[in-house]
Amino acid sequence: MDNILSVLVFFPAIAGLLGFVVDKNSIRVYGISVATVELLLAVWLWMSFDGTNAGMQFVEIIPLVPDFGINYYLGVDGISLFIVIMAALMTLLGMIGMSIEKDVKNMMISLLFLEMTMVGVFVSLDAILFYLFWELSLVPMLYIIGAWGGPLRVYASIKFFLYTFTGSLIMLVGMLYMAYLYHSISGIWSFSITDWYALVLPVSYQVWLFLAFFVGFAIKVPMFPFHTWLPYAHGQAPTIGSVILAAVLLKMGTYGFVRFSLPLFPDASVMMIDPIMVISIIMIVYTAMIAYAQEDIKQVIAYSSVSHMGVIVLGTFAMNAEAISGSIFLMLSHGIVSGALFMLVGVIYDRRHTKLMSEFGGLATIMPKYAVIFGIMLMASVGLPLTIGFVGEFLVLLGFYKVSMIGTVLAGSTIVLGAIYMLTLYKRTFFGPVTNDENKGLKDLNSKELVALIPLVAIVVWLGVYPKPVLAPIDNSVKAMLSFMEEKAITPEAKETIIVNSITKEAK
Amino acid sequence: MLEPINVSLASLNMITLAPMLIAIVGGLIILIIDLIKGELHKSLYVMLTILILFIDFGSVLGLNVNERGFFDVVLIDGIAIVSQLLILVASMLFIPLALTTKRFHEYSYPEFFALFLFMIAGFQFMVSSDNLILIFVGIETASLSLYTLIALHNRDNSYEAAVKYFTMGALSAGFYVMGSAIIYTLTGSVELYQIADVLQSRIDETGIMVAVLGGSILMLSAFAFKLSLFPFHAWTPDVYEGASAPLAGYMSIVPKIAAFVVAMRIFGMYIDLGIEWVRVAILVLSVATMTLANIMALVQEDVKRMLAYSSISHAGFVMAALALDTTKGNSGVFLYYGLFMFTNLGAFTMLWISRHKNRVFHERYDHPYEKFAGLIKIMPMAAVIMALFMLSLAGVPPFSVFWGKIYIMSAAVDAGYVWLAIVMGLNSAIAAYYYLKLIVYMFLKKPEDNDGTVTYNLTKPLITIVGISVVATVGSVFIMQPLISYIYYMISASGY
Repeated sequence: MDNILSVLVFFPAIAGLLGFVVDKNSIRVYGISVATVELLLAVWLWMSFDGTNAGMQFVEIIPLVPDFGINYYLGVDGISLFIVIMAALMTLLGMIGMSIEKDVKNMMISLLFLEMTMVGVFVSLDAILFYLFWELSLVPMLYIIGAWGGPLRVYASIKFFLYTFTGSLIMLVGMLYMAYLYHSISGIWSFSITDWYALVLPVSYQVWLFLAFFVGFAIKVPMFPFHTWLPYAHGQAPTIGSVILAAVLLKMGTYGFVRFSLPLFPDASVMMIDPIMVISIIMIVYTAMIAYAQEDIKQVIAYSSVSHMGVIVLGTFAMNAEAISGSIFLMLSHGIVSGALFMLVGVIYDRRHTKLMSEFGGLATIMPKYAVIFGIMLMASVGLPLTIGFVGEFLVLLGFYKVSMIGTVLAGSTIVLGAIYMLTLYKRTFFGPVTNDENKGLKDLNSKELVALIPLVAIVVWLGVYPKPVLAPIDNSVKAMLSFMEEKAITPEAKETIIVNSITKEAK
Repeated sequence: MLEPINVSLASLNMITLAPMLIAIVGGLIILIIDLIKGELHKSLYVMLTILILFIDFGSVLGLNVNERGFFDVVLIDGIAIVSQLLILVASMLFIPLALTTKRFHEYSYPEFFALFLFMIAGFQFMVSSDNLILIFVGIETASLSLYTLIALHNRDNSYEAAVKYFTMGALSAGFYVMGSAIIYTLTGSVELYQIADVLQSRIDETGIMVAVLGGSILMLSAFAFKLSLFPFHAWTPDVYEGASAPLAGYMSIVPKIAAFVVAMRIFGMYIDLGIEWVRVAILVLSVATMTLANIMALVQEDVKRMLAYSSISHAGFVMAALALDTTKGNSGVFLYYGLFMFTNLGAFTMLWISRHKNRVFHERYDHPYEKFAGLIKIMPMAAVIMALFMLSLAGVPPFSVFWGKIYIMSAAVDAGYVWLAIVMGLNSAIAAYYYLKLIVYMFLKKPEDNDGTVTYNLTKPLITIVGISVVATVGSVFIMQPLISYIYYMISASGY
């Protein structure tokens, strides 16, 4: 099936439209079935994906507005493939674990539309198409946070929307300028990313364009100091909203760096390593400290998300294959782990309607299964070896060592700081005597929640022990991108910094 | 003894006048029908009007590009044709909105429909001439009819709106005439192409700049009134509020398209002559308009007033494209309005559908935000459609206004005005807030006790118009290619 990507993008949307007809008592099963089919399609995509081919595969191109260079242009490579699969997986598991009773129909339909936009963002190879899905993803999320969230939900959802919308409009100006440059050089209008790749721009242009795209991506990631919308969004969002937001939507920003910023502006990216390193380290250390100071379990995880996103950004700008592959792997692992952690917080919130650590204590004796799964996810989040979190973090730090030793040491504090706030959380919530009588009657995980969580535990362990099936295609595509960037770079510093293959470079 | 002047009919090229004549004759036919047999139902007049507009549309399509006629005062160039087509389509979408379930005073008069057709003829004269006098006649014909149409909506604040609009319109007409007078003194002509030639040859004379600037300031003020640009925008929200919702939607599109065409002819000439001052003035006006109107819209309590400010802001956005004076910028004006038309008219129609005879929800406003609270629970379909229009107005892709926005922003970037594109982007972000506010009310708030009568006025014709607007808004990506290539071809063919 050559047009599998179109099917993958529009299947959830059409299912969402048809969902309006489905009876509201059956909508849950409908949503889960659709999401399962979507996941199977994504897995099929993986099976038919040629892992040795580093280029774009399953390419589809249909002109939409040829006079203005806008095409319906889809394709997938090693970098985007697994993010698409993760998006499908997290949507499915989020739906299964969902405990919302109110307006389930609206929720399911919103989720299906959201799934379309998520898949669309990662497989679009046309900038306008990318932008289209990027913006469209805000709408269902706005509704999910605003309709099912906590007391401040309206404020949080509008803040989320406006923040991202503003950033992406600046990015849009950058895209339009890029297209203009392409037009003035080649004489034809084109918004397709692969056409833009061929453009070698003077460094001053690169820097401005880099900054324009940076604003859009940095707000989405979110990078310090644009991160203030995230704690609100997470704090107010329902569990399913937080799961999708942390697992997939934040990855759009870091994916954007890999897909746009690096290959389009290699010299500017190299020039920006230092400022971005500083911002990332602030993100890592500062938000980890904030996480430690939180009372609310969900806020701890929200801030830890920001902290881990810092590691991902850092790895992306290390300009060598280990670190970039590592940071893409970390996107996946962070998606799975933070998604699972948000689900786990949701579980306890459903039972007690509070997320404050001080309300708990000694849960390990009352809810042993819950404590075990929480423990595993927590270890993965900290980056314990043999869990999924370790692989990515290790590769990022290893790769970044070539750029800056001090930076690596500071960034490495993520593991220490992560351990501090996560273990404190675990200790206060799960260990010690049961002090609060209300907790004595709590029920352990039910079968629905187990079905949602056990696959994630399995993935955490599987990819922690044997990451090769995922890492190899990523590595392939990343190396191809890096060698392309090295060729394209015009400043000697950039050529020096971009390392495709560490061994051959040293041999030279 | 005067020599008799021989004018052959062929040299008049009467076909160029056909579209306006069709509208005028159509108006007269409606009046005659009323004379012969009174008390006919409004649906007859509505359908007759649509048919007349349809013939008018056909006659415009049949015109050849770049022809002159009627003593060379009528100029049928690309922008004249495109703008007439837009005006006619918008009018055809507007007029069926008269067919509501509740009786509204104005539509029971056949004069309403006759005046409407005369107004369209006025707009058509306005856009298809480069003679300052004929343009003036067109402006006045259209405006006088429009004032009456507003006042016919038998309510206190409709009279207020009509008088306000009339006063402002008279002032702007005065500015226009004085501006024309100065231009005539300078150049001895009222034909824009001759004015351009004379100014070109005299541009280096000492002292002439003062007069040129004086003329352009007066002209700019006149059109700033018509286009509701800051600081001449203050009438707009009150007039929109007083007019019936569809007419307000209509006013946010058709008179503006017509005024943009004239502005394009006049100010394009100035910019082509190298008078940078005009360009700077337009840029300042447009940036101030979009920003301040956006900020004002944030604090409105009434959806109709919010939409009025949003229309001002959109006009400011488009005005900036005029300052670029590139083919792409000028095409952007028409593309933008061609797409904005459906969305904005659709949004105003939704207000019209929910309009009551009396103010049920608020003593001051017809459409306070509270009225739409929890609409998703009461009328899910209406809420989704309204949300769609709001998202489109906010510039969320892939809905129609987004394409207009990126086209104009891209034109700004191409012309080297990256800062302008950024200002436009930031303004869209500000604007998103007040559109979202309505969405938040509809989707996230609890319904107030309003007996489910939000769709009070709903009839099949209204559903059809909303349906057309929805299809055009959602499916705009598929009509972009023909639209862009047609408009771009037409604009470049007439040398703008």
